Amino acid sequence: MAIDWQTLWLTLELAVTVSVILLIVGLPIAYWIAFSRWRWKFLVEALVALPIVIPPTVLGFYVLVALGPRSPLGRWWISLTGHTLAFTFSGLVIGSVLYSLPFAVQPFASSFAGVDRKLLAASATLGASPLRTFVRVIAPLSIPGLITGTALSFAHTMGEFGVVLMVGGNIPGITRTVSIDIYDRVQASDYSGANQTSLFLLILCFALLAIVYGFNRKAWMIHPVK
Amino acid sequence: MTQSRQIAEPNGDAPAVETRSNGSLQAKFRKTQAAHEPPFVLDAEFDAAPGFNILFGASGAGKTTLLDCVAGIAAPDTGNISLAGRVLFNSAQAINLPMAQRRCGYVFQNLALFPHMTVEQNVSYGLAHLPNTDRHQRTHAILQAFRVPHLAQHSVREISGGESQRVAVARTLVTDPEVLLLDEPMAGLDSPTKSKIIDDLRQWNQAHRIPILYVTHSREEVFALGERVLVLDAGNIVADGTPHEVMTAPIHETVAQLIGFENIFDAVVDAVHPARGTMTCRVAGEGGVLMLETPLVRGGVGSALRVGIRAGDILLATAPPIGLSARNVIPGRIKSLEQRDVIVSARVKCRVEMEAHLTLAARDSLQLEPGKEVWLVIKTHSCHLMQK
Repeated sequence: MAIDWQTLWLTLELAVTVSVILLIVGLPIAYWIAFSRWRWKFLVEALVALPIVIPPTVLGFYVLVALGPRSPLGRWWISLTGHTLAFTFSGLVIGSVLYSLPFAVQPFASSFAGVDRKLLAASATLGASPLRTFVRVIAPLSIPGLITGTALSFAHTMGEFGVVLMVGGNIPGITRTVSIDIYDRVQASDYSGANQTSLFLLILCFALLAIVYGFNRKAWMIHPVK
Repeated sequence: MTQSRQIAEPNGDAPAVETRSNGSLQAKFRKTQAAHEPPFVLDAEFDAAPGFNILFGASGAGKTTLLDCVAGIAAPDTGNISLAGRVLFNSAQAINLPMAQRRCGYVFQNLALFPHMTVEQNVSYGLAHLPNTDRHQRTHAILQAFRVPHLAQHSVREISGGESQRVAVARTLVTDPEVLLLDEPMAGLDSPTKSKIIDDLRQWNQAHRIPILYVTHSREEVFALGERVLVLDAGNIVADGTPHEVMTAPIHETVAQLIGFENIFDAVVDAVHPARGTMTCRVAGEGGVLMLETPLVRGGVGSALRVGIRAGDILLATAPPIGLSARNVIPGRIKSLEQRDVIVSARVKCRVEMEAHLTLAARDSLQLEPGKEVWLVIKTHSCHLMQK
C-alpha cells in the first residue's frame, strides 16, 4: 500500500476543522487588531505573530503542558469528559489552531485595515451599528483577505509536523497525520512509500493553493480593496 | 437619556439656555489637530440655520475637520455641539453621541459609495430598520427626486461622476437627517451638472428645511448658493454673513486672497469725500505714489488699510480715455504679457505694478506688447477695502 488513506483523511479533516475555527476565531481578533487604538496593541500583534518564528516543538510543548492533567485547563477538561486532551484529535485541533493563528489573522487584519475608512464612516452616519458595518461593508470588501487567510491556514495545517508530534503523538486514526507518516516511512527506509506520499501531498497542496489563488485573483478584480 | 437635556453654555457670553432649536445646528468647540501638517487649532463657533450655509476656505483651513466634529468622526477637545435641540457633543457633561445616533447626513468628498453594492442597495442602506415595502418605496421616491431611478440596478462602479454624486446625496437624504454635511461634493463636476444637482437639492430642502453645511473653495459656488457664508482660515471663522456682506469691503485680507484679488496694496486714507461717498487712498509704490479713489468706509484720514483690485475689473486703453464715469485713470507701461488659456494677463508698471486680465481678441486689436504705453481704468467700486 503506497498511500495511507486513513492518515490522509485524518489530515484533511484536521486541516478543514482548523481552517473553519480560524475563520470564526480569527475574525474578531483581526477586527480588533485592525481598528483598536489601544496603545499596547503591538504586544497583542507580536503575540499573534509568535507561532511564525518559534520552533513548533516549543509551541507544542507548552500546548501539551496546558492540556495535561497538571494545568487548570487540562483538569477542567478531565472533570468534564473524564479523559485528557493530550494525544486526542481535539487536542491536536487546539494546538493547530494556535500554530496557524497568524496565517489567518494577518491577512484578515490587513484586508480589514485596507477598507477605505470613509466607507466605515459613511455606514455609521447612515445609522449602522459596528456589527452591521462589519457584515455589510468590511467583510464583503475583505473577501480576498479572508480567502487568503483561510487557504494559508489550511495549507499550513496540512503540512505541520512538530506541533502534531508533540501534542498528538502518533496514534493511527486519531492523531497520525501525513507528515508524520512520511517521517515514519523514512525512518523505516521505505523511501518509495515516503516519496509517493510526499508527492501526493505536494500536488494536493499545490492544486488547492492554485485554485484558491486563482479564484482570489478574480475576487480581487471584483472587489478591489481600495 | 442625554438627548432631552438642554445645552449648557460654559461661557456666559451666550444665552444660558438655548431652547430656540428650530432645527438649527449650534456649535462652539475647539479641536487641536496635532497630527496635521502644519498643526493647527480649529476654533469654531457658529449657529447654522436651515438652508445653505457655505463653509469657505483654502485647503487645510479646517473645513473637513469641522464637518467631522459635527458628524462624530472626530471629537473636539472642548465645547458643545447641538442639533435641533439635541446635544450631540458636550465636553463638560461628557456627552459624545455615537455617529449612528447623530442623524447627521454626510456626503464625503470622495462620496464613499459602497463599491460592492448597486445604486439601490447603497440608497436603501440607511433604511435597514424599515419593513421591506417602505424601504423599497422610499428608496425609489428619492431616486426619482434626484432623477436617477433608471440606475437602481446598476453597480455604482458603472455610473458617471454626476450620477454618483446624485446617488450619494440621495443615499444620505433618504434617512431624513437633521443636518446635511457636504464636503466639496461637486469637485470635478462641470458647471451645468453641478447647478442641476444644486437645484434638486434646493428643491428637496424647501420641503425639509434642515441646515446644510456646504464646504467649498470655489468662489463661484459661494455666490451661486449663498444664503450665508462662513469663511474659515487656519482654523478660525474669520468672516460670517451673506456672500455680499462677506465678499465686499471692508473684509479680512485672507478672504480677499481666497476670493482672488490679484492686486493687493497697502494704502493710507488721504482724504474723505462723504458727499460723494468716496475717499482718496494713497498707495506708495516703487515708482512713486498712486492716488486711488475708493468707496467710503469707516476710519478717518490717515488710517491704514489695504486695497484689493481684481485683475478682471481693470480696463486697458491705448490712448488717454475721456468722458468716463470711472474715477481712476492711471497711466503706465506694459511690462509683460502672459497667455493663460483664453485670457491674457498683463503686468503693467504704473508707479505700483498691477495685473490686468484681457481677452486674446483685445490684445490683438489693441496690438499690446511689452513696453507699450497704456492707461488703466478702475471704477471706484472695483477697489475693495480690507482691514489691515
